[in-house]
Amino acid sequence: MSFLDIIQQYTPARVEEAIAAMTAADVERALAAEYLSETDFMALLSEAAEDYLEPLAQKAHRITRRRFGNTILLYAPLYLSNECHNGCRYCGFSAGNKLPRRTLNADEIEADARVLAEQGLRHVLLLTGEAPKVAGVDYLVAAVERVRPLFSSIGIEVFPMEEDEYARLIAAGVDTLTVYQETYNPELYEQLHPFGRKRDYAWRLATPERGGAAGLRRIGIGALLGLGPFRSEAFFTGLHGRYLARHFWRSQLSVSFPRMRPADGGFQPPVTVSDRHFVQLICAMRLLLNDAGLILSTRESAELRDHLLPLGITQMSAGSCTAPGGYSGTERATEQFAIDDERTPAEFAAMLREKGYDPVWKDWDGLFLRPDAHAANH
Amino acid sequence: MSDQLTIADRSFNSRLLVGTGKFSSNQAMVAAMEGAGAEIVTVALRRVDVENPQDDMLSHIDRQRYLLLPNTSGARDAEEAVRLARLARAAGCEPWVKLEVTPDPYYLLPDPIETLKAAEILVRDGFTVLPYINADPVLAKHLQEAGTATVMPLGAPIGTNKGVRTRDQIRIIIEQAIVPVVVDAGLGAPSHAAEAMELGADAVLVNTALAVAHDPGAMGAAFKKAVEAGREGYLAGLGEERVQAEASSPLTGFLRDGN
Repeated sequence: MSFLDIIQQYTPARVEEAIAAMTAADVERALAAEYLSETDFMALLSEAAEDYLEPLAQKAHRITRRRFGNTILLYAPLYLSNECHNGCRYCGFSAGNKLPRRTLNADEIEADARVLAEQGLRHVLLLTGEAPKVAGVDYLVAAVERVRPLFSSIGIEVFPMEEDEYARLIAAGVDTLTVYQETYNPELYEQLHPFGRKRDYAWRLATPERGGAAGLRRIGIGALLGLGPFRSEAFFTGLHGRYLARHFWRSQLSVSFPRMRPADGGFQPPVTVSDRHFVQLICAMRLLLNDAGLILSTRESAELRDHLLPLGITQMSAGSCTAPGGYSGTERATEQFAIDDERTPAEFAAMLREKGYDPVWKDWDGLFLRPDAHAANH
Repeated sequence: MSDQLTIADRSFNSRLLVGTGKFSSNQAMVAAMEGAGAEIVTVALRRVDVENPQDDMLSHIDRQRYLLLPNTSGARDAEEAVRLARLARAAGCEPWVKLEVTPDPYYLLPDPIETLKAAEILVRDGFTVLPYINADPVLAKHLQEAGTATVMPLGAPIGTNKGVRTRDQIRIIIEQAIVPVVVDAGLGAPSHAAEAMELGADAVLVNTALAVAHDPGAMGAAFKKAVEAGREGYLAGLGEERVQAEASSPLTGFLRDGN
């Protein structure tokens, strides 16, 4: 059974209503539960739970420390291309936007990758738009093979693929797949994706399943916060996470919380998710998915990121640039979205240590995926 | 009834499965089945002659009313279990089997390796397989991937009446399973069955507790109520024990009005 069969049993409006009907008693029961029911999760996402933010945060903190200890995994995004045939209304790379288009060649990719590696980063996330002719599967395989010697873990946040294409990327050295559904609301999804291959909601929704079936070790999901009513988006994200954890139990699940930032093209997020609501969503997700990696990017400000550290976050990007070629060159004019935490990885790691966290640079080894690997010294 | 138990392609109103061993008489066995309101009863193939319609025990079980679930109790490895299951089907039993592989004759603990092997063969063979297992979440996942219709983790070693001693492991199995979870073995009192159902088990299987009761029919009825109570409590959303919150500095103090 695909997650599509499950989500079709719900309608976003009804879920919003059910969440709105939650009471303080529902929240208290959910806060005491060892294992959350769907109703419990709704309660934690509700307006009624806003009066319980501190106990919610305390519990999220305890669960996270028990499961992950005092560590934060660091990674950086590496944008390979900003060419895209999709028309996502909220995205700076959208096909209709007039901006210089650039796709890095193999040498340029390596140049950017070296900058990241020299800063100590060992987990990298490769990103592209969706433009199969200039940055398709073959291009990605070549890019992965080029940067593999520099990193311990390679993730991709690109375009949805078939299972056998994921298998090719795994063979090349990819271990992590990130794919956001953007919005779980099918009607809103249709409005926001007027053309391009991305219009197909169901194809995108089943992408983590194809990646899981291919054997990717880490699978990341998320909804863009700010596109639609955030409580139901968070609810469906949690439901999706729970589905993936059950069905693709060999893969580590992670959930990201991308909050909309102004992008090129002038898109204004229709929904504002306040810091208070943001904290609530992250903590509720931790109580639902005790073992999931929770990821926070540099879209958020340095001050807020520091405060969010104890609340359930386990993985953060640092020193990010969202423009292709941005690390080795001075090119920043073609960013996908603006970043708000400008600290270097070293500065960020120093802050983590000061606050009592161990910055983890390496938590995986690509050698796990290389059947032909031999000990280096032999 | 909306809250039915569905196993493979069949639905049941009762969530209490009963075993047929150890009763003092066939009359006591039937009384327990009736009192329990069971719809699925399991019979050890080693105890009966499935090819003989006059078999003493089988002739007491109304096959219109109960789904007869043959079990491979006594099998010491996959080969023996598969052979028993095939013999039962050849004799006219439905192709359902409760898979038990218990090489250790003392605690009758299930062999995970042989059970998985047998399950793979029997699923390929077209059987609906309900495997008896230790409360091992990873084994449960391997079995459901092999295509079993349920997993049946033990609460405690069979016949011990100790209750849900594997509670933490069973909770994980329930959390992660994509097939029904039937807690089997070790449930000695109605409260044990209720506890398993409160945890979210889809059903329980009871045998010894009924067979050795002074009044098996009444004990069957008691378990029936406990299973229903546990299920209803689970569905209604149980509150958990309160733990005293640890004193800690505020984590959300940075959020001020207007944020």
